[in-house]
Amino acid sequence: MKSFQQLKGLVFPLDRANVDTDAIIPKQFLKSIKRSGFGPYLFDEWRYLDHGEPGMDCRGRPLNPEFLLNQPRYRAAQILLARHNFGCGSSREHAPWAIEGFGFQVILAPSFADIFFNNCYKNGLLPIVVGEDLIERLFRESLASDAYFLDVNLEQQTVTLPSGEAFGFDITPHRKHCLLNGLDEIGLTLLQADGIRAFEARHRRNQPWLFA
Amino acid sequence: MAGRTLYDKLWDSHVVSEASDGTCLIYIDRHLMHEVTSPQAFEGMRLMGRKPWRKDSIVAVPDHNTPTDHWEKGIEEPISRLQVETLDANILEFGALVYYPFKHENQGIIHVIGPENGTTLPGMTVVCGDSHTSTHGAFGTLAHGIGTSEVEHVLATQTLVAKKSKRMLVRVEGQLGQGVSAKDIALAVIGKIGTAGGTGFAIEFCGSAIRALSMEGRMTVCNLAIEAGARAGLIAPDEKTTAYLEGRTFAPKGQDWDRAVAYWATLPSDPDATFDAVVDLRAGDIAPQVTWGTSPEQVLAIGGRVPNPANEADPVKRTGIERALAYMGLQADMPLTDIQVDKVFIGSCTNSRIEDLRAAAGIAKGREKAANVKQVLVVPGSGQVKRQAEAEGLDKIFLAAGFEWREPGCSMCLAMNADRLAPGERCASTSNRNFEGRQGPGGRTHLVSPVMAAAAAIAGRFVDVRNLH
Repeated sequence: MKSFQQLKGLVFPLDRANVDTDAIIPKQFLKSIKRSGFGPYLFDEWRYLDHGEPGMDCRGRPLNPEFLLNQPRYRAAQILLARHNFGCGSSREHAPWAIEGFGFQVILAPSFADIFFNNCYKNGLLPIVVGEDLIERLFRESLASDAYFLDVNLEQQTVTLPSGEAFGFDITPHRKHCLLNGLDEIGLTLLQADGIRAFEARHRRNQPWLFA
Repeated sequence: MAGRTLYDKLWDSHVVSEASDGTCLIYIDRHLMHEVTSPQAFEGMRLMGRKPWRKDSIVAVPDHNTPTDHWEKGIEEPISRLQVETLDANILEFGALVYYPFKHENQGIIHVIGPENGTTLPGMTVVCGDSHTSTHGAFGTLAHGIGTSEVEHVLATQTLVAKKSKRMLVRVEGQLGQGVSAKDIALAVIGKIGTAGGTGFAIEFCGSAIRALSMEGRMTVCNLAIEAGARAGLIAPDEKTTAYLEGRTFAPKGQDWDRAVAYWATLPSDPDATFDAVVDLRAGDIAPQVTWGTSPEQVLAIGGRVPNPANEADPVKRTGIERALAYMGLQADMPLTDIQVDKVFIGSCTNSRIEDLRAAAGIAKGREKAANVKQVLVVPGSGQVKRQAEAEGLDKIFLAAGFEWREPGCSMCLAMNADRLAPGERCASTSNRNFEGRQGPGGRTHLVSPVMAAAAAIAGRFVDVRNLH
């Protein structure tokens, strides 16, 4: 997995609540058996005026001028600013794959759906929960600016605004450790293989029908 | 020691280890798989030279991409076919306890076949790369959806890295009215607490109205827990649970059965157990529900009118309502019963079980679909459901009403196969999500129960099914 330590990145504000994973990456793109290549289809139904299909070359597709992400100023965006309940719906990990594939590394929102939140960490994406008041301010400031940058530091657990003000955020020590070092979680878990085997033997004695 | 909830008991009995920050390693008993969220996980295993920790924990079936008619033609779309064939090849290489390939007599939706063949049992942990895994919680099972990286993690280690959720109790007391079903309970709960109301929680459903539900109804309720934001929905096992499971192919037999039943009886929440949140609903207050917007929380009783954004004070919510009305092509304040439908879909992991089909057939019997309704798809949840329905003559009732009787699969719930809405088409659907584009780009979905869907097919618009009984 890709590691994440620090990023000074351009912010793209996505001003809608309850953005679901069907909107992040529509179902037709889930037919891919690969893990990459989803970035061009991120928010496909909002971003393009035509109907997207997997494998399509997106460079010639008609862009929806109403969708803010299509403005040239957001082309290099790396921080996604979102609203309440971001990533709800389907468990598809294709959603963080598409977000990461576009170039985003951090998502700020007042709340995230559980499965999506978890999926982010497996892909080097840092989801940060930010209070409603602060989110309002970030939306206001970023929408008013041509190039709004935030500085995110995982080691320090801080986000610094252009004004120099900073706020802290929470992350579990386990997730922080994995993300800072880009660790393969399976490899880490397999260090506990003996413990898993011992649990399994006990579990089999208690509920043998689970192993029949 | 304070009493423990059902969720506490399921969690505690599966903790392999716990780190100082509360992150746990949880043992997984059952790993359900389908073709959409597994290929990258198998590929990861292959690249690392890893083997499944316990291949006999795996139950797999292709369901999302499979067509629901003309099976003799196979899967016509090449990329859908490749995804299904990739699952075939991966199961052949890595192994599984159960695999029902495309066209197998038991093939169907993963969340229908698990309970049906007895591979879902009380007391288990069950995961699948699919958010509607919450369905299996109806058996007193800790079941939830995971991402593809976690699918690979479970394949390689039989465990998940997870933190314990908070506990919510949703209590539904009283008796449901005629024409009101499990789907209406679930939609009413989502309407009350919102699509993020259950985020961070495992929801246990209890109360006399839940106890009175069949196992099929309980699966519908737990299936929709995820639409309230909760990864897991749970219902304590009881005599209905054991009666449903006894004799199923993979259910325990003989002495094991007796031991299992005795163990399952210890699982219900202790009387003195406490929850982090409690929500109460009165079953008698619940009317048939219809969603009007593009989020399952945008739901109303059938007697209601489409909301007016002018009445919403919160600017984010107001914009949400305006956007939903524009997408759905609806006017503020119009009665729900004035909304005409173009198509009807009866199926999905929410409502494709035998009881759902019986309920829909009860309304369709002796009636015909309205002329303005272009298509009514009835898609059974599995081969077994299909055979049972045909044995009861339900297929004949549907066909006589002008409905189509299809082969099992996920179908138009998410339109990964050929069953989909055209842009602008409006559908009364028994599925679980009314998101923009969910049933086809530009398609407009209204979530309802099986009887409400059948009634909409007959009337050509939403009607209160209680007036048809």
